Amino acid sequence: MSDSLAARHAEGAQYQQETTVFGMWVFLVTELMLFGALFTLYASYRYFYPEAFLAGSQLLNAGLAALNTAVLIVSSLCIALAAQAAQAKKRGLLTLYLLGAAGLGLLFMVLKGVEYSQHYADRLVPGIAFAYQGAHAPQVQLFLLLYFAMTGVHAIHLLIGIGLVGTVALRLWLRPAAEHGTEVELVGLYWHFVDVIWIFLFPLLYLVGRHA
Amino acid sequence: MPESRLTTRDYLLVCGALLALTALTYAAAGFDLGIWNAIIALGIAALKAALIILFFMHARGGIPLVPITIAAALLWLAILLAGTLNDVVTRGWLHVPGR
Repeated sequence: MSDSLAARHAEGAQYQQETTVFGMWVFLVTELMLFGALFTLYASYRYFYPEAFLAGSQLLNAGLAALNTAVLIVSSLCIALAAQAAQAKKRGLLTLYLLGAAGLGLLFMVLKGVEYSQHYADRLVPGIAFAYQGAHAPQVQLFLLLYFAMTGVHAIHLLIGIGLVGTVALRLWLRPAAEHGTEVELVGLYWHFVDVIWIFLFPLLYLVGRHA
Repeated sequence: MPESRLTTRDYLLVCGALLALTALTYAAAGFDLGIWNAIIALGIAALKAALIILFFMHARGGIPLVPITIAAALLWLAILLAGTLNDVVTRGWLHVPGR
């Protein structure tokens, strides 16, 4: 009798965990619709103004963005290893990986800030400081507007991700003996999603004009 | 979250592949390949996304509802893109007087 109760309890806990993970996936689908609208705008305007998107892309720092892509990929590795450590109940490793991921996330934000300040110095910020004189100037401005909207919304998501990872690390520190597997998995799903978005932003924004 | 059967080695291999693909897409963008530039860039991005979703996000061999959810998301994204681009791309086809 007690055996079957324990079994049913374990089954209930697993069901609960699967439900929360599924809920996170449904949330990520709605997030994809948000970014999907921006990608659709991008596709439409790139169809109308291919030369301006090429010229606009050349104004960006592709090398720094490639470095930032690597930073995000390694941060995703940290989160994946953190989920593994949480399952194995290795608290030291879990803390290390969480802090590593958050640190790499912050490094991404710093490099992004360097990029943004360079755009400001180059007078490439639509609406605030824009003085691009080349061909297709209004369409290049449109490209840069999309660039700031897409990378900006992405950066906000990454900031939220850093906050969530920090929160999990704090909870781990306050209640070390408690179960943390599910929350690490949930935060991880969000983190990887933000990484996937960047993986599409990188070629669409930075690599379009590299060959010219 | 089902018990993950992936080892640390697996995660490191996936990460290595992602970094290699990043270098590859960066290098490939340096050549003028016409329409193939966009196809290669998006193909590599899709491959990287698939690696992350399948391995890092445990979409493979986990909760059965998750692959269905991903398929539904991609379907809706395809409807959004196809519906909009259907308008954008065909606008010039009909020569409406006054336009």
